[in-house]
Amino acid sequence: MPLFVLYPLFCSPIYGEASPDRMKKLWWKILCVLLLLYTVIGGLLMEVPRLHILNESIRNTFFHVPMWLGMMILLLISAAYSILYLKKPSVRYDCYASEFAKAGILFGVLGVTTGMIWANFTWGSAWSGDPKQNNAAIVLLIYFAYLLLRGSIKDPQQRSRIGAVYNILAFATLIPLLYILPGLTDSLHPGSGGNAAFGDIDLDNRLRLVFYPAVIGWTLLGVWLATLGIRIQLIQNHLKYSEQ
Amino acid sequence: MLLHEVSELLKKEFTIELRQKYALNGILLYLASTVFICYLSFNLQSNQLLPITWNALFWIIILFTAISAVAKSFLQESPGQFIYYYTIASGQSIITAKMIYYSILLIGLGLIGFAFYGMVLGNPVQNSWLFIVNIILGSIGMATTLTLVSSIASKAQNNQTLLAVLGLPLLIPVLLMSIKISKNALDGLAWSDSYNELAVICSIDAIVCTLSIILFPYIWRS
Repeated sequence: MPLFVLYPLFCSPIYGEASPDRMKKLWWKILCVLLLLYTVIGGLLMEVPRLHILNESIRNTFFHVPMWLGMMILLLISAAYSILYLKKPSVRYDCYASEFAKAGILFGVLGVTTGMIWANFTWGSAWSGDPKQNNAAIVLLIYFAYLLLRGSIKDPQQRSRIGAVYNILAFATLIPLLYILPGLTDSLHPGSGGNAAFGDIDLDNRLRLVFYPAVIGWTLLGVWLATLGIRIQLIQNHLKYSEQ
Repeated sequence: MLLHEVSELLKKEFTIELRQKYALNGILLYLASTVFICYLSFNLQSNQLLPITWNALFWIIILFTAISAVAKSFLQESPGQFIYYYTIASGQSIITAKMIYYSILLIGLGLIGFAFYGMVLGNPVQNSWLFIVNIILGSIGMATTLTLVSSIASKAQNNQTLLAVLGLPLLIPVLLMSIKISKNALDGLAWSDSYNELAVICSIDAIVCTLSIILFPYIWRS
């Protein structure tokens, strides 16, 4: 029954009437919506562990952390398509790389914002110069520069190739920034510098029950956004070439 | 064969640099005047800067000198020159030669900068050898990253701004590590306290070198 209720949401006007074929490709979008509904409703209403300082703000585990993980997955996909593009240039790969990067950047912005809202209540201020926060901001700067670079090259082939090169470079910088450098200093983030982690005692089954579905749900939403962007790009490309 | 190409190209870079001395002199003057402006703006009599300020200021000066020194690596070469290189050498050897050349240049600039900066603003460094090794590793990191980024930026419009925008965030890991190690050197800590950071900076240098050598042929092919 719930599938039926949600169905009109996915009938895009471009493709006209629904067909059983479309239904097959829809299952993951429906899954995404259901998981996110579960995340929002379950994440806000279900029982969570009581911890000092964190209190109810521990529920941010279902929003901030999965969004950041989703960003990592989307940027990884984007970098993979950039490598594929350099190996075998095609408009499609370039489109995939840039749209996945855009979706990843959106998730990165959301991740930083949700983190800041959370930090405002837990750490006392939205930005406290925590190494992970700073490095997250640098990662966003690097990826904003990627968009700027793509914007400033006119020739489409050149844009794709240079963009792919920079995208790979950006991803290679992201790994030390997010995973190696913060490990060398103390961080305010839960799980480092002696702060209580969700992991050791308390990412108990109550949190896991919502956390894993949330990761899958948010990532699927990112992929969905990216596929919409890809479709628009490809249609625009098609129109441009059919005009000529 | 590749080694031979690299050494020839390196020779070419040095010859061009010596032929156009104004570029090298310009960058030295840039370094000197920046240091002097810092001296004047802090209104220093002698040695009043806190070590942490001294350190940050030094690396910011080195960073901006590096950007303006490397900016010309690809931005100043004409398309005709590129076509000529294309016929005589492979992409890998060109980028390798450029990276080696700019590493040497930046190491030189860094050491001269350190000497002059220490002379003008006082030298609170206690472990000088660590500091010098740090300058060398940091300069290699900056030179390799900036060489690749300037080759990327040279393909786009508005490339001077783009170089800074693309390069600065990518340089931050190297810069953070360098600042950390030089803080240790300022405080006179033993070498063993900086091994982690030295290892990280070496691996970042290695990653950037490898990536540049792999990726440059794709940039170049246009």
